[in-house]
Amino acid sequence: MSRTLYQFHGGVHPEEHKQISTQLPIAVAPVPAQLIVPTRQHIGHPSKPCVSVGEYVRKGQIIAHADSYISVATHAPSSGTVTQIGTHAMPHPSGLVDTVIVIQTDGKDEWCERQPIDYRNLNASALRNRLRDMGIAGLGGAVFPSFIKLNPGVPQKVQTLLLNGGECEPWISCDDMTMRERANGIMAGAEVMRFMLRAENVIIGIEDNKPEAIAAMQQAAAQCTFPVEIAVIPTLYPSGGAKQMIKVITGKEVPSGGRSTDVGVATFNVGTAYAIHRAIHHGEPLISRVVTLTGNIQQPRNFDVLIGTPMNELVQLGQGHPEKVTGHIMGGPMMGIELARIDVPVVKATNCVLVKSDSLFPPAPAAIPCIRCTRCADACPADLQPQELYWFARAKNFDKAQKYNLFDCIECGCCSYVCPSHIPLVQYYRYAKSEIAANLAEHKAADHARDRHETRLARIEREKRERAEKLAQKAAAKPATETAADDPAAAAKKAAIQAAIERAKANQAATQPPNEPT
Amino acid sequence: MTSSPYITQPTSVSIIMLKVMLALIPAIIAYVWYFGPAILVSLTLASITALVLETAALKLRSLPVKPYLMDGSALVTAWLLALSIPSIAPWWLIVVGLFFAIIVAKHLYGGLGNNLFNPAMVGYAILIISFPVPMTHWAAPSILAGHQLGLMESVQYIFNGTLSDTLDAISTATPLDTLRTQLHLNRSVGEITHMPIFGTFGGQGSEMIALFILLGGIYMWLARIITWHIPVAFIAGLATISGIFYIVDATHYASPWFHLATGGAMLGAFFIATDPVSGATTPKGKIIFGAGIGILTYLIRIMGAYPDGVAFAVLLMNIAVPLIDSYTQPAVYGHKDKQS
Repeated sequence: MSRTLYQFHGGVHPEEHKQISTQLPIAVAPVPAQLIVPTRQHIGHPSKPCVSVGEYVRKGQIIAHADSYISVATHAPSSGTVTQIGTHAMPHPSGLVDTVIVIQTDGKDEWCERQPIDYRNLNASALRNRLRDMGIAGLGGAVFPSFIKLNPGVPQKVQTLLLNGGECEPWISCDDMTMRERANGIMAGAEVMRFMLRAENVIIGIEDNKPEAIAAMQQAAAQCTFPVEIAVIPTLYPSGGAKQMIKVITGKEVPSGGRSTDVGVATFNVGTAYAIHRAIHHGEPLISRVVTLTGNIQQPRNFDVLIGTPMNELVQLGQGHPEKVTGHIMGGPMMGIELARIDVPVVKATNCVLVKSDSLFPPAPAAIPCIRCTRCADACPADLQPQELYWFARAKNFDKAQKYNLFDCIECGCCSYVCPSHIPLVQYYRYAKSEIAANLAEHKAADHARDRHETRLARIEREKRERAEKLAQKAAAKPATETAADDPAAAAKKAAIQAAIERAKANQAATQPPNEPT
Repeated sequence: MTSSPYITQPTSVSIIMLKVMLALIPAIIAYVWYFGPAILVSLTLASITALVLETAALKLRSLPVKPYLMDGSALVTAWLLALSIPSIAPWWLIVVGLFFAIIVAKHLYGGLGNNLFNPAMVGYAILIISFPVPMTHWAAPSILAGHQLGLMESVQYIFNGTLSDTLDAISTATPLDTLRTQLHLNRSVGEITHMPIFGTFGGQGSEMIALFILLGGIYMWLARIITWHIPVAFIAGLATISGIFYIVDATHYASPWFHLATGGAMLGAFFIATDPVSGATTPKGKIIFGAGIGILTYLIRIMGAYPDGVAFAVLLMNIAVPLIDSYTQPAVYGHKDKQS
């Protein structure tokens, strides 16, 4: 089976370094003494803890429920006692903290009751809720809750289920190994997804630098009861980006600001398909994932790691460092994040832990001025003009940057990679994007404040007017009541004085400048 | 702490500039072969002058000298200017030209990456306007010259201007100059190009240099230092317009081959118009930019006051670059359907 492939613009081909971590099969990482399980491991809202400190939990038990639409449940990755519900540093470049549930493991690794899901006889909404409660989120990087994407919305909107086995980032091989060793499971997951989406075709895109994975997947596809196409695509970073893969395989472009479903494609990582298979057919929630441990270590390898395992413990499985360690990256060298500290937990987004050394990752030479050579534009998979965006970002000309479609930048890093002046281009775009977002928020806040202020002024104004009217009415009514009670002449005089005072007061209130506090 | 990406390609501006100079070497060897070693003297002089001027400018601007000097851009400017003016021109011509190129056109505009105009062509334009006589005083091809200047004689001539008894034999007008003056004498192109200074396509010897520049340009394209857009558009523009005139009246207008093989055409197409800093950057923009230079070069050659038009054509198109770039933005991923 062969298909017409298309090309996306640009792309680069850095050294792959994938071989070193694919020599050994996936190993199961040991259960650590302590699991630090974040309640938020995806874009969206954190889940809400439903266990208390001191409580014994079993492996796979829900410890936090999904707390809003874009949220999934969190589970105990192993059995043990909850020792803390608090905050802990996250794998984030700035050492951000978030709510975690810490479990002191007992080493028994005792499962809670597992029940396979009879997905074919469950109504669609119930099935999606089950996946949400199984903690299924995309394992490709964005970690979007899968059950939301498995909601096709309009029937027949999604014709194609595209499983992404591109894995274009150098060094990373977790998807490669998953496809080699768990091809049948991926297909079983694909069958569930296909059923949920009512998709007509299933395509699995794999870069041609993974021949073993391609062979394994083709073999598994041959045994499938539904048609699956393995699309072998050229190795070119970032063809594993969903938008780029859709372009390569279908020739279609996801509209700017739109979603892949707009072109009839639903994209999932192959690891996500495997996780769905485990959830549906084995009743196992997403509590572990395959992580590539590679770079400056003696034994690069893929491990099946429990979510919440501290990364420093994972790094120790690599059996030491041949060279001086200069840092740790979560993810790949093109888009990964450098970790401020490594006592942070492995999360669902952790596809790779890359240990740095100066010889593997020499610091970039000092930047010199841009010579507008446009290598960045030639390499940009979003067809942007990075040299112009750089200029606008530097000049803080954010309007112009937006006009040149800054927000279509996927931050893949191709431009920085090829720049002969070694300008950290992507950093400029991140800066510009965050400045624009901050300006927008400030603008909104200012608008809101102005609205509030104007409403307040109007209210004060109205109250004054009402008060004045009331007083005027009172004054008008007074003579009648008071004449009856007292000496008529004196009362009339008093009323006239009173009315004059009230009039003066009302006058003064009416003429008071509106922005003066009263 | 850094942010992604953590790896970069091992290219640098220095390597790019070095490769540009490497691409010029075959043409320089041909130059020595056909016109004598004077070009080596002027290239050396230009290189030293450029480095001194660049260092001075960087020091005055309180910039680190070494990394900026290492970028090689000053040397490339020096070589391009030296190759654009007569090799036997007096030393001060190169010094003045480079002063305007490096100090005025480059550093007064903000240094590398900020110049609106091609520095070498600014230098050239200043020289041809200010000193037209020494600028049209080219070395004669060795096979026509009674006496070819040796290395020491070239040094002596460039620095002292002496050697008067052989002066006429060693210098001559260029083919473009000759064509121009002879056409005014009402001779036909066919008659003129039979004069000994003309070769098969262009000038005697200079056409071979043009060929080697073309080969150097192809190397630069293969080495991905330049894209095809500007050179191809330049050549297509020049060939098309000269072709039209040639078809209309071959006795008054030289063939496209002649125009491509003479003067600064090849150097302009591959090495000058492709200057990334002052040129257009979008693919479509590069085509417009290159074609514009090709067409303007021809119009200046046949209608303007100067024999060659590459420098002025480049400078004129430099002015238009911001406009060209802003109107030729390629469609961004995900925006294509909206635009078409």
